[in-house]
Amino acid sequence: MSRNGPLALVFHTLFVIFMLAPIVVVCAVAFTPEGYLSLPANGPSLRWFRTIARYPEFINAFWTSIWLGAISSLIALAFSVPAALAIARYDFTGRDAFTALLMSPLMIPHVVLGIAFLRFFTQIGIGGTFLGLVLSHIVVVLPFALRLTLASATGMDPRIEQAAVSLGASEWTVLKRVTLPLILPGVASGWALSFIQSFDEVTMTVFIAAPGTETLPVRMFLYIQDNIDPLVTSVSASVIAATVVALVILDRIYGLERLLVGRGVGER
Amino acid sequence: MSALEGRSGPRWMPYILSAPGLALFVAIVLVPLAMTILLSFHDWGQYKGIETVFILKNWREIWSDGYFHEVFLRTFRVAFAVTLLTAALGAPEAYILSRMKSPWKGIFLLVVIGPLLISVVARTLGWALLFGGSGGVVNKALLNLGVISSPIPFMFTETGMIVALVHVMMPFMVLSVWAALQRLDPQIENAALSLGASQVTVLRRIVLPQIMPGILSGAIIVFALAASAFATPSIIGGRRLKVASTLAYDEFLNTLNWPLGAAVAVLLLIALVLIIVGSNRIVERRYAEVFR
Repeated sequence: MSRNGPLALVFHTLFVIFMLAPIVVVCAVAFTPEGYLSLPANGPSLRWFRTIARYPEFINAFWTSIWLGAISSLIALAFSVPAALAIARYDFTGRDAFTALLMSPLMIPHVVLGIAFLRFFTQIGIGGTFLGLVLSHIVVVLPFALRLTLASATGMDPRIEQAAVSLGASEWTVLKRVTLPLILPGVASGWALSFIQSFDEVTMTVFIAAPGTETLPVRMFLYIQDNIDPLVTSVSASVIAATVVALVILDRIYGLERLLVGRGVGER
Repeated sequence: MSALEGRSGPRWMPYILSAPGLALFVAIVLVPLAMTILLSFHDWGQYKGIETVFILKNWREIWSDGYFHEVFLRTFRVAFAVTLLTAALGAPEAYILSRMKSPWKGIFLLVVIGPLLISVVARTLGWALLFGGSGGVVNKALLNLGVISSPIPFMFTETGMIVALVHVMMPFMVLSVWAALQRLDPQIENAALSLGASQVTVLRRIVLPQIMPGILSGAIIVFALAASAFATPSIIGGRRLKVASTLAYDEFLNTLNWPLGAAVAVLLLIALVLIIVGSNRIVERRYAEVFR
């Protein structure tokens, strides 16, 4: 294998600095002991992390995001698993159109989805409710859940199921004892990826969340629009830290590359 | 697909399995989208609110008012610049990553594509801090290095928007080129080198043509996402410098002129679908043999 030349390594270093700079600066400023935006020149302080506790708006928004991500990802999977089995196993009329429909939220700008849901939920009387948030998040995370479930359903050897059937197992037993356990790793990673997508979603949610149902990114976005102070950097730093931990765990268990390179990203 | 000759089961089985997903998406995706398109034809007045009539008022306003042209032009100009920059920087980086040795390869791949999963709001906040905040770190660094002679305004400008969006979109480009690089056979490069081709010739004649489909499909993704980005242009652009998505947001939540906001959003959707489908066609026709 050929090696990278010195020029390539200089480029690579600058590139990595570019990718990390905004993330590092948020985390650094979060540790400032001062009352204004500054780097912690005289040693780090946890002052602004402690301040978060006095702002229930951020704490409540955090829990809304957690519950929203967990519930909508779970429901999205409940819809994706049968859909993935149908797409992977059977050649039926309208299969491609069905797949395209379920993948369509990837192509529709989230602003458009936000507006469409705002109008729809207001008309049917669930505007600004948690139920509305869950429904909308099911839609935007479903393509991610479906992609990973589909990958493991297609990768599975159909002969294992045939063996179970020929040994007298019923359809239900095959599903419960053979199929589901075999696609479980894909399903679990699908849940994790969906959760992260839901937790980060801001563009669509900003249209449909009301003051009682704001998610954390929406709360952060609205806060930043008014002013940028050390408090919002400490909140952001906490979100970044949590994401990095989740990222490293996911990378170890499933492989980040496999999680993200899978088909779908390239198909959009 | 090959798994199809597997387990057949009853003929109605796939329909039963796909029914829940289909019903859900018809009810809460297609219906709301249709309602939004309808909404863009409704009338609106400061005191009367939304009037459910079918008129072309909003569309005519977008068509004739120079302000809307300016906003849409800016949206696509920014998206185009972001696409070019991510391709010019992301493709070489993906190639460099693919040539790294084992532990570094994984670590740097995580560093480069990991930000994809970090909140866009947090990342944009980082750029806002670097641009403005405590004296503008980026300008200080560039001035000290002698790259520039006077500070560049980043905050509330298109330049700043483009830099921050390049950061936000970069992982998509690197991922797409990375996927194309995985299909590349290193033996072909070695063969070219052993036949006396220079490193530059190998890059230009062997590597680039093979990863071009990856760059192009990455470009389509980046363009679509950059043209419809919301949080980044909103935070960096401020209240004055609007793009299509922030304009639609303004009409919906500040002016409360929903029909006009819906028209802006529907136009953005139509423009993007046309651009994506059109460029997909061109890419697929041009590189039909690669995709087969």
